[in-house]
Amino acid sequence: MNGVHDMGGLQGFGPVRPEANEPLFHADWEKRALAVTLAIGAGGQWNIDLSRSARESLPPATYLGSSYYAIWIRALENLMAERSLATREEMRSGTPDGTPPAPFRVLRADAVDASLARGTPSARPIERPARFGPGDRVLARNIHPQGHTRLPRYVRGHVGTVVLVHGAHVFPDRHVTRTLPPFDEDPQWLYTVVFDARELWGTQADAHARISVDAWEPYLEPAPGAEGRP
Amino acid sequence: MQEHDHDHDHSHLDEMDLRVRALETLLTRKGLVEPAALDRIIETYETRVGPHNGAAVVARAWVDAEFRQWLLQDATAAIASMGFGGRQGEHMVAVANTPDTHNMVVCTLCSCYPWPVLGLPPVWYKSAPYRAKAVMDPRGVLADFGVQLPASTQLRVWDSTAEVRYLVLPMMPPDAKGLDAAQLAAWVTRDAMIGTGLARAPQAPASSAPSA
Repeated sequence: MNGVHDMGGLQGFGPVRPEANEPLFHADWEKRALAVTLAIGAGGQWNIDLSRSARESLPPATYLGSSYYAIWIRALENLMAERSLATREEMRSGTPDGTPPAPFRVLRADAVDASLARGTPSARPIERPARFGPGDRVLARNIHPQGHTRLPRYVRGHVGTVVLVHGAHVFPDRHVTRTLPPFDEDPQWLYTVVFDARELWGTQADAHARISVDAWEPYLEPAPGAEGRP
Repeated sequence: MQEHDHDHDHSHLDEMDLRVRALETLLTRKGLVEPAALDRIIETYETRVGPHNGAAVVARAWVDAEFRQWLLQDATAAIASMGFGGRQGEHMVAVANTPDTHNMVVCTLCSCYPWPVLGLPPVWYKSAPYRAKAVMDPRGVLADFGVQLPASTQLRVWDSTAEVRYLVLPMMPPDAKGLDAAQLAAWVTRDAMIGTGLARAPQAPASSAPSA
């Protein structure tokens, strides 16, 4: 989605201003927001791509005007309401309305360490060979999916070079297409593709800067004049 | 994403406090969350998982050439051998700074960050100024952090658009030569492992006596 979350190259936000001695959390509610989001996410009713998609899908002014954990909470509420884990009224009041809860995998305290240590690896086996290899010149396609994608606008239509091949990984654009499990993982070969800054930003850009993105194979084509592996 | 504007902040923050309390209360009453599990998650990122993990990895790479090579070839395994891994670090790549090349890591689309080695990201990393600027004007970002490199230094920006997570391996300052890994870890800042800073001598404590 060409949303306001896709920030690479936007101007007008001013300098980066790190806070001196920044605390890990700025308020107690931020800690609880982090914990609740992770714990409910562990229930498996959505996946990380659906949760990112939910955050990106907040109204643009809300996204830009909200602090980080406020975005998390708003998106979490939407994810839960969509799946009838809770109603808006329940969330507002803090009081269950008596509807029997749907089956849900609760994260127990003694399972937290193992759950965090396991994470959610996205690597998957794949039979077909990689289309591209290190050194290949590739074109990031000029695609504008309305749904969730991880190809930033600033690279679309530009030519870069494959520098790393990461094996096959769950493909986010497909991983969000079902509301409930089982999700469509559609593993695709994943590449790190590097672009010269001047390719992306024109002749005014730094002559000594290169920028990479991690791009799945469906995002790429052989560069004009180049061919992928047969 | 909005930075903290003080005037506007209080009613917004009170609203969020009430909202999150109500949400947590509801989810507890519905049996969807276990409060002790929430506490354990918070405790994990407040105490156990943080940039001290990454600093230990970097320090070891500085003193142990074999480990450094392993880290650069298979960062996930090398980092796991030190007991770090899992959520938001399942697929690690370490990128080494050299006199010719300086690396910087960003997530323009959200806030992807290598939690197992760096803990939770700082607000600036997740905010619009950094996400917008790092890929377009990395030298300007370094200037925002007070870092100036020779104009000929190649800047290499890594936008973390997938689940691969990047750890910058900063150069060891010459003054640190001869120290052991435990001492060296204090030279490795969080910002140096993101690429917005350089490794440097540990800050002297405020109460230290003036040098003779």
